Amino acid sequence: MDIVYAIWLRNIKRYLRSKSRIIGSLGMPLFFLLILGFGLNSVVDIPGMGHNYVGFIIPGIVAMSVLFTSIFSGIQIIWDKQFGFLKETLVAPVSRLEIMIGQTLGGATTAFIQGLIILVLSLFIGANITNLAGFLIAFLFMLLIGLCFTALGIAIASKMDDMHGFQLIMNFVIFPIFGLSGAIFPIDSLPSWLKTVTLLDPLTYGVEGIRYGLLGTSHISPLISGLVLGSITLVMIILGAYLFRKVKV
Amino acid sequence: MPAITIENLTKEFNGLTAVDNISFTIEKGEIFGLLGPNGAGKTTTISMLATILKPTSGKAFVNGFNIINNQDDVRKSIGIVFQDQSLDEELTAYENMDFHGRLYRIPKEIKQKKIHKLLQLVGLEDRKNDLVKTFSGGMRRRLEIARGLLHEPQILFLDEPTLGLDPQTRNHLWKYIQKLNEGKNITIILTTHYMEEADRLCHNMAIIDKGKIIALNKPEKLKEEMGWDIITIESSDNDKLNSSLKSLPWIKNTHKHNNHLTIDLQNSEKHVADIVRLSEKNKIDILSLSIHKPTLEDVFLHFTGKTIREEEASTKDNMRLRRRMWRR
Repeated sequence: MDIVYAIWLRNIKRYLRSKSRIIGSLGMPLFFLLILGFGLNSVVDIPGMGHNYVGFIIPGIVAMSVLFTSIFSGIQIIWDKQFGFLKETLVAPVSRLEIMIGQTLGGATTAFIQGLIILVLSLFIGANITNLAGFLIAFLFMLLIGLCFTALGIAIASKMDDMHGFQLIMNFVIFPIFGLSGAIFPIDSLPSWLKTVTLLDPLTYGVEGIRYGLLGTSHISPLISGLVLGSITLVMIILGAYLFRKVKV
Repeated sequence: MPAITIENLTKEFNGLTAVDNISFTIEKGEIFGLLGPNGAGKTTTISMLATILKPTSGKAFVNGFNIINNQDDVRKSIGIVFQDQSLDEELTAYENMDFHGRLYRIPKEIKQKKIHKLLQLVGLEDRKNDLVKTFSGGMRRRLEIARGLLHEPQILFLDEPTLGLDPQTRNHLWKYIQKLNEGKNITIILTTHYMEEADRLCHNMAIIDKGKIIALNKPEKLKEEMGWDIITIESSDNDKLNSSLKSLPWIKNTHKHNNHLTIDLQNSEKHVADIVRLSEKNKIDILSLSIHKPTLEDVFLHFTGKTIREEEASTKDNMRLRRRMWRR
């Protein structure tokens, strides 16, 4: 546990120190929230939900923020590889699993904080607190998203040698996961083939869970969302740990 | 029990043999040098001993532990300073040390004391709270060495410890490495392609070229083994001196140059007096005399047929290739 803590601590320290990264990665979610939210607010009416569009996408943007930060945190291992720091951890008498778990928890924590910042900011533009229990449910889903996608980031980073493939990841992993998740549109009003696709996206369950917590309504029952996302997270952690075990420096 | 035993160790990367069936032992308390040009297999050898790379075949024992099936004990026994930097630049010097201490599960109070002591030792105590990214190359090296010592390893690997450092820092580091070896009796294995570094530091050394060990001995022995010293003499009558020297049995060869004479011989210290006496007897004045001992550069030339620098130029592309494979 102390090894996991050491690696977690390093992640948190690095995160808190990189002010530009914190502010930089708030940019895109805020942009989406403001432009999409207010741009479409007057023309979009979500059936079956007693909220305006801004209120509807706040959970989606929170999820987006957690998603981006967590995948980047996982992929950070490539930098550690390139700057040599990974060797320092790999040559120590600790197991790869401990390193991977520490990295996952660290990434999930920073992603959670990042999502929390968006959540707090969105309180100023129309989100209203329904009840404390709802918040806790939202937090739980934010953490799950963080864990799930940091682990995915680690899995990807374990297979990559340098940052050349980054654009590829951005376009073919991160954006599709975000776009297909129902973060910015209700999945119920989709054509059925597209709805099937969104149901294959793990983030959908995260968004739905956070939405239930914050708004009190969702298309998918929070219990199912929690179960599905929880299982996928477990699978991702196992996959990440397996691939990380084979990392060579 | 020797510090390190290597038996028929081989490493291949996609058909390219980086380390080719090497065997040797390193005794406890030694400073052992692996000398060779870039791409000769030094780093690959060290990486295998440090359990970062799996050998293709062969065996090795570090501090008595098998590097293949007892990795954890090997890792606990060793410290390593990599050729490329392995610090976290976004953390301070102290935090880098602290992280290391946590990885090696050093109890808190001991850890704090030791970090301060080590940072003092490498002269970084006053910069301990500065981010590593503000450090110069020499400071980073020193910090890495301090970090490598934090868990008190019995064996310390230094991969090209002074590469890219200025002469002053290099000198400082050499003294420090010797102090470590003598004071704490740490076995030190260092790789280098600097002749003077190997010459100055190592008790024993192996010359490695193209993945093979081509010579292994004490530096002085290696120099002796390769043959003779050269005495250069300038005198009032070089011709006469030359012909009178011919009678001496221990002289290997003499060469006449424009205004001086060079003599190849063994054990020049012993015989230099004889040469002076002989020239006095023949009433020849010696204007100047110098003895040139063979350097490790000559030794390398002798064993490989080329100087280490020529070798470097030709293996550069090869090395890049290996580097690339290394990453795979």
